[in-house]
Amino acid sequence: MRETASILPLQLDGLGFAASGERLLRDVTLTVRPRRRLVILGPNGAGKSLLLRLCHGLLRPSAGRITWAAPERAARAQAMVFQRPVLLRRSAMGNILHALAVQGHARQARRARAARALEPFNLAALADRPARLLSGGEQQRLAMARAWALVPEILFLDEPCAQLDPASTRLIEEMIARFSADGMTIVMTTHDLGQARRLAEDVAFLHRGRLVEASDAARFFAHPASAEARGFLAGELIL
Amino acid sequence: MSLIATALDLILSGDAILLDIIALSLRVTLSAVAIGCMIGLPIGAGLAMARFAGRGVVIVLVNALMGLPPVVAGLLIYLLLSRSGPLGPLDLLFSPTAMILAQTVLILPIVIALTRSVVEDLWGEYEEQLRSLNTSKLRAIPTLLWDGRFSLLTGVLAGFGRASAEVGAVLIVGGNIAGHTRTMTTAITLETSRGNLALAVALGMVLMTVTLALNAAAYGAGQWGRRIAG
Repeated sequence: MRETASILPLQLDGLGFAASGERLLRDVTLTVRPRRRLVILGPNGAGKSLLLRLCHGLLRPSAGRITWAAPERAARAQAMVFQRPVLLRRSAMGNILHALAVQGHARQARRARAARALEPFNLAALADRPARLLSGGEQQRLAMARAWALVPEILFLDEPCAQLDPASTRLIEEMIARFSADGMTIVMTTHDLGQARRLAEDVAFLHRGRLVEASDAARFFAHPASAEARGFLAGELIL
Repeated sequence: MSLIATALDLILSGDAILLDIIALSLRVTLSAVAIGCMIGLPIGAGLAMARFAGRGVVIVLVNALMGLPPVVAGLLIYLLLSRSGPLGPLDLLFSPTAMILAQTVLILPIVIALTRSVVEDLWGEYEEQLRSLNTSKLRAIPTLLWDGRFSLLTGVLAGFGRASAEVGAVLIVGGNIAGHTRTMTTAITLETSRGNLALAVALGMVLMTVTLALNAAAYGAGQWGRRIAG
């Protein structure tokens, strides 16, 4: 698909993060493989969002290393969608045009490319609507379309459906499946075990800031190795 | 009653002296607002984004300067432009240019302070998304100014209000020379002391009308902006 070298795999070695003396994440060693869908699972406060932000470069790790296969291209080849979409005070189309402009795409090519990003996600009819007046589900789809327009190699998704109704959740999951089919690597966090079962190819299970288990999804769901994961899957309140 | 009737008559008859005074006032104040925005918007945004030692002091200073008395601003520009001042050779004292300069000094702190506060709030909201897009802080500034456009309008308007209402600064650096540097506010001062109340009242009514119209326009734009931009 690409002539240039992939930025993946992404290798995390002994990754740790502390804020005001508290160690929120410690000693995470994990490989993110290309073209896979990795779901990060764990109870609230386990450090899932933190791990995504460290990988994406929004936070600096206080310990350990993050190594991309092609570090010089890494920053431009990734995108992230947040739990609460951050949309600019512009039209839906304007939001995508802005992202393309910031990333240095030629002015003439932007509009066509933005239109191509809106079209497959049923957002074309909303192109001229103010983005912040769209419904929650539409806003999240727009945030996804904006990320898609940038053609990242890897997309980080932080609880993308946490605030959505089932119908919107389904649309977002279809978008994720489509991104994946396009060859994009997906790393996402979720609370929703059903969603994890539907989407995950690999699972990383975090508990209290530690990576307790990392394996392929089929094995994780069938035979979790740790007591914490067994409890989590059984729906127990693990603390 | 006859005073107001005479004043209205002056306005409606299109009195040439009156029109000249109104035109000069608007020219001076609008120029000062334009210059104040060109300088103040980027500086305010820069102040919002930059982190440096003494930033707090600068912010307090700018906020304090919003209350700078117009006569003091006028005095500063007077000293700057007077024969023996550093800009004396430019021979600008008692000219409309000097008045624009003085009003710019009055407007600038308002524009900077409000821009800083608007941009800082927006950056707090947008930071993760913009950094995710690899936006540098410098590149973020135009984005934040554009997205804050409707809030910033309020600040620009406050600047206009301050400049159009003040009399001290333009009086000191302009000299209130008839047909040359006489503005609505300086004319009102003079005509009132001369007992020519009709002209003073006419100018007062025009000044109020202009202020009212601008505020209505800005309010309308703000409402419209919230409706179309969220």
